[in-house]
Amino acid sequence: MEFLSYLISGISLGSVYAIIALGYTMVYGIAKMLNFAHGDVIMVGGYISFCAMFYLGLPNIVAVLLAVVVCTVLGIVIERLAYKPLRSAPSLAVLITAIGVSYFLQNSALLIWKAAARVYPPVVEGTASLFGGQLSISYISLLTIAVCVVIMLALTTFVNKSKMGKAMRACSEDKAAAQLMGINVNATISATFAIGSALAAIAGVLLCSFNTSLMPTTGSMPGIKAFTAAVFGGIGSIPGAFLGGLLLGIIEALAKAYISTTLANAIVFAVLIVVLLVKPAGLLGRYVPEKV
Amino acid sequence: MAQILKVDDIHVYYGSIHAVKGVSFEVNEGEVVTLIGANGAGKSTILNTISGLLHPKMGSVLFEGRDLKGVAPHKIVERGLAQVPEGRHIFQQMTVEENLQMGAYTQPNSTIEPGIADVYERFPRLKERRRQIAGTLSGGEQQMLAMGRALMSKPKLLMLDEPSMGLAPILVEQIFDIIRELHAAGTTILLVEQNAQAALSVADRAYVLETGKISLTGTGAELMASDAVRKAYLGG
Repeated sequence: MEFLSYLISGISLGSVYAIIALGYTMVYGIAKMLNFAHGDVIMVGGYISFCAMFYLGLPNIVAVLLAVVVCTVLGIVIERLAYKPLRSAPSLAVLITAIGVSYFLQNSALLIWKAAARVYPPVVEGTASLFGGQLSISYISLLTIAVCVVIMLALTTFVNKSKMGKAMRACSEDKAAAQLMGINVNATISATFAIGSALAAIAGVLLCSFNTSLMPTTGSMPGIKAFTAAVFGGIGSIPGAFLGGLLLGIIEALAKAYISTTLANAIVFAVLIVVLLVKPAGLLGRYVPEKV
Repeated sequence: MAQILKVDDIHVYYGSIHAVKGVSFEVNEGEVVTLIGANGAGKSTILNTISGLLHPKMGSVLFEGRDLKGVAPHKIVERGLAQVPEGRHIFQQMTVEENLQMGAYTQPNSTIEPGIADVYERFPRLKERRRQIAGTLSGGEQQMLAMGRALMSKPKLLMLDEPSMGLAPILVEQIFDIIRELHAAGTTILLVEQNAQAALSVADRAYVLETGKISLTGTGAELMASDAVRKAYLGG
């Protein structure tokens, strides 16, 4: 029963990683860049929802929607101002810019919201008690898992079936050819950032609800872990990000429970290294040889 | 015959390399026009400039009398100009049918199904493989898919860049038969080829391109008979 409870907490933590990793992987797949500012968009989502609930007194669901809207716009603006001018620049320049944007967001948050950690009460409170009280699961854990599954299914359907989703896959494979089809590549990249940032806002709310705290660096570590999860599952792959996120969360929770709390992160990254040694493209990553 | 495309004295650079040095030519409605020339003569550069992927430093490209300067590549496709790029560039990880749907990206949804049916009629092999991942097709099938995909946008001008590249002789013949069929059906085609013999055999008019400049022009038959062309491109 104890194991089950650790497993469930791992799955819900992993669900948050998965939602963040989906944003990383979609942006990487289409814009071929690592958006290291992604983690900080999560933090912005956390603060926006926090302020909406406690300063504006808005209902939780409205606060979450507001965070989604603000982060979506923020994602589009970041892409437009920081990354678009570098579309044909070397990837190292883009990477450094992304790190710069990350620090910019963190320091802006520091200015606006100060360094002290805020107490972030979960957006959903309460605990479900199962097996006559032997197993208790918080509603926020259940909500997180459900939200992650819904997002995963919606995103898969969107990418596989919708016109916009197919255009995203086309851009991800071959931008010049996509342009020759009449696809507006810039608009498609913008849309990808919008979706990734909207997901980051949701992840921000869930993450803060979990940790019950919020500060300007809240997004950094989960951002890096979610990036790890995306690589673990195969960067560029949507099911890969989902699987990678879940596994990472489970490994982390079990390592904390059974091995050592302090070593948990080291164990997570050690597993990543082993997986990449065996499968360099990640668990579900595809290496497609080009036919000439 | 109405003029559909006019390329007027374009100069295109890659950095400091002057790849196209003042090329002018035109294509009239219903014609098959070919640009032939050796590797590196600037043929693909010209097509990519027309498609808006590259920008001329000087000179202009007029499509249906309107200057394409500053028009984004996806807008150029909307105006009715489709290119089958060199090396085909099909979407390898998408299915055959999804590739065709992408070709119709600028078209209203209602015309996509009939458009796909038309392509399948012309290329029955693609219909057999409609659910297959495009990267698993043979080279000839990939070329057919690339052409079918471009036809999905119902282009007023279809530009083909080296459609015979890397194909076995029997497949080259098939591809050129398709070009003849398209021509007979009234499609206007600008064909870029290294395979001068095949290209001249289907072309109404031809231009010979040498290191970024047009060195000769005439009807397909005239150039086929020209000593200079025979020596340089047709093996004597």
